[in-house]
Amino acid sequence: MSDYILLAVSAILVNNILLIQYLGNCPFLGTSKSMDNAVGMSMAVVFVLAMAGIVTWTMEAVFLGPIGLQYMRTIVFIVVIAALVQFVEIFMKKSMPGLYAGLGIFLPLITTNCAVMGVCLINIKEEYNFLEMLVSSFAYAAGFGLALILFAGLRERIIIGRVPGPLQDVSIALVTAGFMSLSFLGFKGMI
Amino acid sequence: MAKTIVQEFTKGLWDEIPPFRLVLGLCPVLAVTKTVANGVGMGVAATFVLVCSNLLVSMLRNVIPSQVRVPCFIIIIATFVVVVELVMQAVAYPLFLQLGIFIPLIVVNCIILGRAEAFASKNPPVPSIADGLGIGVGFTIALGFLAGIREAFGAGTISIPFSDTVIQLFGASYEPFTFMVEAPGAFVCLGLVLALMNLAGE
Repeated sequence: MSDYILLAVSAILVNNILLIQYLGNCPFLGTSKSMDNAVGMSMAVVFVLAMAGIVTWTMEAVFLGPIGLQYMRTIVFIVVIAALVQFVEIFMKKSMPGLYAGLGIFLPLITTNCAVMGVCLINIKEEYNFLEMLVSSFAYAAGFGLALILFAGLRERIIIGRVPGPLQDVSIALVTAGFMSLSFLGFKGMI
Repeated sequence: MAKTIVQEFTKGLWDEIPPFRLVLGLCPVLAVTKTVANGVGMGVAATFVLVCSNLLVSMLRNVIPSQVRVPCFIIIIATFVVVVELVMQAVAYPLFLQLGIFIPLIVVNCIILGRAEAFASKNPPVPSIADGLGIGVGFTIALGFLAGIREAFGAGTISIPFSDTVIQLFGASYEPFTFMVEAPGAFVCLGLVLALMNLAGE
């Protein structure tokens, strides 16, 4: 049990997907300008990442691994993720219109979110078993949400602050992210 | 509107240089710029995928139905990424290990999908190749430049791409500023370079 807790803590804080592993930075900068968007994006990532983790891990275990097609992993995973996102979108539109209205515009963006593909590849690379894969997918997604929501809070304050001309917008956002990343680096001592 | 092939190529080198002017594809920019050799290696791999996918998308632009164009583009890009993966394992295995999961992640690099969508799907093959090559070379220069700053301060060295040579810059008594090669340095350094680009553009 303690192994799983350790895995979760390390995925959320120590190896935070956005700030330490540098994955998923395009949505990180794109959707952090308002808190609503950040929350929507985080929820969509948690949802899709958990499903994508299960599906890609199963593909690898029952299909690619046994017949020795690992070199096709990239193509298979991206197609599976794209199809999954499309399917989730259609399903949500029909049966959960409330949630769809909230997540709607963020779902298509997730296909090209490298955090999703990245975590699926990390799960395979670290040779996790099914339970570990589940914990790691959820924890990485939670780490993504945590960093994105904290950053959106900071960024809302930056917008009303007085920032020197050339540093405005993306530039100051990146410097801020740098210092957030520095504080997350401090968690390295925990494990 | 009719731009020459040369103009299509050169716009990628300054006017639309990724990731500074087009703020896309940041993940590889931050992750692989610890050393110049890694940065340039990544740039060359991405350039190859960009040129090939632009060519193929542009040749198939009248065949692909517009409703399903994005999945089609992704499959085309993924094919070339697999080609790069296999070639790198054969000819540049140490670099392949260094870049790790960032090689398969070229698939989800927004620059490549962005160029396929914004340029190659609307233009004939020759300008598309020029566009892909220009953006790719611009991306490689940007990665090399950022990696140069980070490696010089963070480790006190410059590694020459595609060889094992490493140049010591400041002599043995230099105490490396490791902040620059860690994750926070990547963000801060990219942010400051962006600010410099804005200043130069004004």
